[in-house]
Amino acid sequence: MKFETPLLDQLEQGPWPSVVSDIKQEAAHRAANPNGLDYQIPQDCCEDLLGLLELSYKDMETHWKHGGIVGVFGYGGGVIGRYCDQPEMFPGVAHFHTIRVAQPSGKFYSTKFLRQLCDIWDLRGSGLTNMHGSTGDIVLIGTTTPQLEEIFYQLTHEMNNDLGGSGSNLRTPAACMGMSRCEYACYNTQDVCYQLTEDYQDELHRPAFPYKFKFKFDGCPNGCVCAMARSDFAVVGTWRDDIKIDQDAVKAYVGGEFVPNAGAHSGRDWGKFDIQAEVIDRCPTHCMSWDGQKLTIDNANCVRCMHCIDTMPRALHIGDDRGASVLCGAKAPVVDGAQMGSLLVPFVKVEQPYDELKEIIENIWDWWIEEGKNRERLGELMKRASFQKLLEVTNTEAEAFHVKEPRANPYIFFKEDEVPGGFKRDLADYRSRHQR
Amino acid sequence: MAFISSGYNPQKPMEGRITDIGPQKYDSMFPPVIAKNFGKWLYHEILEPGMLMHVAESGDKVYTVRCAGTRTMSITAIREVCDIADKYTGGYVRWTTRNNIEFITDSLETAKALRDDLNSRKFEAGSNKFPVGGTGAGISNPVHTQGWLHCHTPATDSTGPVKVVMDTLFEEFKNMRLPAPVRISLACCINMCGAVHCSDIGLVGIHRKPPMIDHKWADKLCEIPLAVAACPMAAVRPTKVDFEGKKVNSIAIKEDRCMYCGNCYTMCPALPIADKEGDGIAIMVGGKVSNRMTFPKFSKVVVAYIPNEPSRWPTLTATVKKIVDTYAANARKYERLGDWAERVGWQDFFKLTGLTFTHHLIDDFRDPAYYTWRQSTQFKF
Ligand code: HEM
Ligand code: HEM
Ligand code: HEM
Ligand code: SF4
Ligand code: SF4
Ligand code: SF4
Ligand code: SF4
Repeated sequence: MKFETPLLDQLEQGPWPSVVSDIKQEAAHRAANPNGLDYQIPQDCCEDLLGLLELSYKDMETHWKHGGIVGVFGYGGGVIGRYCDQPEMFPGVAHFHTIRVAQPSGKFYSTKFLRQLCDIWDLRGSGLTNMHGSTGDIVLIGTTTPQLEEIFYQLTHEMNNDLGGSGSNLRTPAACMGMSRCEYACYNTQDVCYQLTEDYQDELHRPAFPYKFKFKFDGCPNGCVCAMARSDFAVVGTWRDDIKIDQDAVKAYVGGEFVPNAGAHSGRDWGKFDIQAEVIDRCPTHCMSWDGQKLTIDNANCVRCMHCIDTMPRALHIGDDRGASVLCGAKAPVVDGAQMGSLLVPFVKVEQPYDELKEIIENIWDWWIEEGKNRERLGELMKRASFQKLLEVTNTEAEAFHVKEPRANPYIFFKEDEVPGGFKRDLADYRSRHQR
Repeated sequence: MAFISSGYNPQKPMEGRITDIGPQKYDSMFPPVIAKNFGKWLYHEILEPGMLMHVAESGDKVYTVRCAGTRTMSITAIREVCDIADKYTGGYVRWTTRNNIEFITDSLETAKALRDDLNSRKFEAGSNKFPVGGTGAGISNPVHTQGWLHCHTPATDSTGPVKVVMDTLFEEFKNMRLPAPVRISLACCINMCGAVHCSDIGLVGIHRKPPMIDHKWADKLCEIPLAVAACPMAAVRPTKVDFEGKKVNSIAIKEDRCMYCGNCYTMCPALPIADKEGDGIAIMVGGKVSNRMTFPKFSKVVVAYIPNEPSRWPTLTATVKKIVDTYAANARKYERLGDWAERVGWQDFFKLTGLTFTHHLIDDFRDPAYYTWRQSTQFKF
């Protein structure tokens, strides 16, 4: 290796896979160049990256400069420019931009696709990636500006694949694996994710929003893609009829033939499965009962939390009248504090061509694009302008499910037309009854 | 090196340009058994740590072997994944929402051989390449961020702390012996890219000193009103200062209002904030995103500051281990860490874990802070 890395070398110890070992292996691969490539960025960029990182370990401060706007023609995002602050010492990472590549929803790949991507990145980039960014993109870490158009050309022409999003726009949507391998999926998360990504390509590639906006699609309230915490517009699957109960299978759980929670706790002795203690008494609404023979659910009082289904997946199944809830406004702390999605629409059918969902989205965008301040997330606009305003722009009637509890302060706004006589009043008329 | 064209013509950049095609369709790379049984799954079982079985209405069974991914990975590692998938699973592989890697096959024998193969692969220096695990009531892969490897606003590193924390908790990745899954996430600054604010255990890089102000460049590099608007505490304001004998437009920061979030630096390169001794990590606990039994929860700060101690962050790993062990010993089955802390009360959380409660942990951010104080006589001595 080009640089001594005594601090990083300590991260090669221990059982968890070592990124340092992996980067060293890539550095060695590039040095050996078994395929005889004419590398388009410095051959020793991985060694320089380790050198730079070692320096950060010593200084305990980052060595990446602030700033850098790069991209490809036609798009306003997808590439994040970056430059190291010690380019003389580490020329291999002087320019080291990130490219976000759109991933298939659910992240199923063929090795043919991955190998083709690796071949492009081998020649034109550092050979390092993130699989995947937390928004969902395939992230290619580290290349130079002249390579950006070349990579984009190959991606689109040879692989039929596009870039992902960055900047004040619609970011790359993501979905849980849904119906592809989960019996809890209440709608086709991957299809709606794909379809809306295609339908809103313009909003994704050309920033036109006050700030970033993310979609995520969870097939059920378990939230495997964390839509409620990580997307401005979260679609979370649910059902509105009865949970399906297979009484024989319930007995098999009680009898010990089936393991609770599919065996998720098998590493410790938690005693024999006790349906009363583990399911009935844990139901948040106490709407279940077990008489020793038969499990009953008072479905009108079920809040579809998934606990009983998660615990007895062979006996209990989601209902047949399926759709999703829409929750809005999740965001990280900056500026106003972290938010999770708040329930806007309790139930919407999620079926091709997804017009109902798109109407909600477009109503929200129309409002937020008009009213949102620079760098104001939807969640913050909701706080500033009120939840009532969100209801208004999405043509939604206020209902009790919209709140966890009614307000406690009496600082209540009324619309003028709600109040007999309106707001225009005549002081003289008032004075005719009340002397000054 | 000689420039190799892809076919792109810089003289005519818009010619032949393909745009707005999006990603591959999600089902274009499904393993056949997934395509066939799509939407027709009946139930699943976790056969052992890292191995799932899903059974379809057709009676078809698929076995999934899950192994750790490092998220930041080389194409050499991806090609190795491809070799494994070509050998065992017909050339198909997927990644999870926590950046683990899953191989799917319809044969139990293949799944077992695959598991053993994955567990046997090691880097030269000794760490496992693809350890199998991450299912059920254990600790799966930490969702994490860029750190010193590639971002300009971090207060700590990302891959390093994740590696040492997971070395310490490796047995929990390979086992399913906790009361419920414990999700760990790390963000290297308070932007919290990822899932720190909603995880059982969240590690977040923080600063402890106000930004420096580069008066020479502030007006040249920054849109000053944006930096002013970026501050949650309204500590930033525009000002004129004497700099090298000239009056320049610049920025002033009220240091007693600044809580070092770094957001003004995100907006303005003339406000660098990183600091060797100031920076470190805060620990948050008790968040969750699922709706199972209880509402989703935010994680709460229980340790205000742990210093950066590269390479192996010993104080951090010991503290995280203590939290996990205390939770494991005290929580009831199915109880997430936040559910447990709320049931026993946060007072007991501190007593049982031995963590010190300090004034930093009391919320003082705007109006909502009040709702986190104790408006009751109910407490324990
Ligand atoms: C004025 C300059 C910059 C601003 C305002 C800025 C802001 C941002 C923002 C808001 C993101 C959000 C991530 C996203 O789009 O999802 C981002 C991404 C990122 N930025 Fe910056 N950034 C700047 C320059 C840089 C520079 C110079 C570097 C490194 C040298 C850098 C490193 C990164 C990284 C690593 C990401 C994550 C992208 C990825 O891996 O996909 N940024 N930046
Ligand atoms: C300034 C530099 C920033 C960098 C380098 C950065 C880096 C990143 C990266 C690499 C991702 C994953 C992207 C992907 O998968 O394509 C991401 C997502 C995210 N970023 Fe940032 N980010 C920056 C600024 C911000 C800011 C200013 C905020 C919030 C105020 C923020 C909040 C988030 C959140 C919440 C996610 C995760 C969303 C999800 O889970 O899907 N980031 N960021
Ligand atoms: C058939 C059932 C299920 C399937 C197929 C499934 C699938 C997945 C997958 C593949 C992941 C990524 C896992 C990893 O890399 O560690 C995941 C994550 C997750 N799952 Fe599930 N899951 C199922 C059931 C559940 C249940 C029962 C719960 C909760 C009670 C749950 C909650 C979560 C959560 C919270 C995450 C983590 C999301 C994150 O923080 O990134 N899932 N799930
Ligand atoms: S969110 Fe629900 S439907 Fe989607 S993978 Fe997770 S458990 Fe399955
Ligand atoms: S889904 Fe939740 S609320 Fe509904 S019956 Fe089951 S445990 Fe009770
Ligand atoms: S959490 Fe902060 S430091 Fe880390 S990648 Fe995101 S913006 Fe950068
Ligand atoms: S670091 Fe944060 S609190 Fe301090 S001045 Fe900057 S934006 Fe304001």
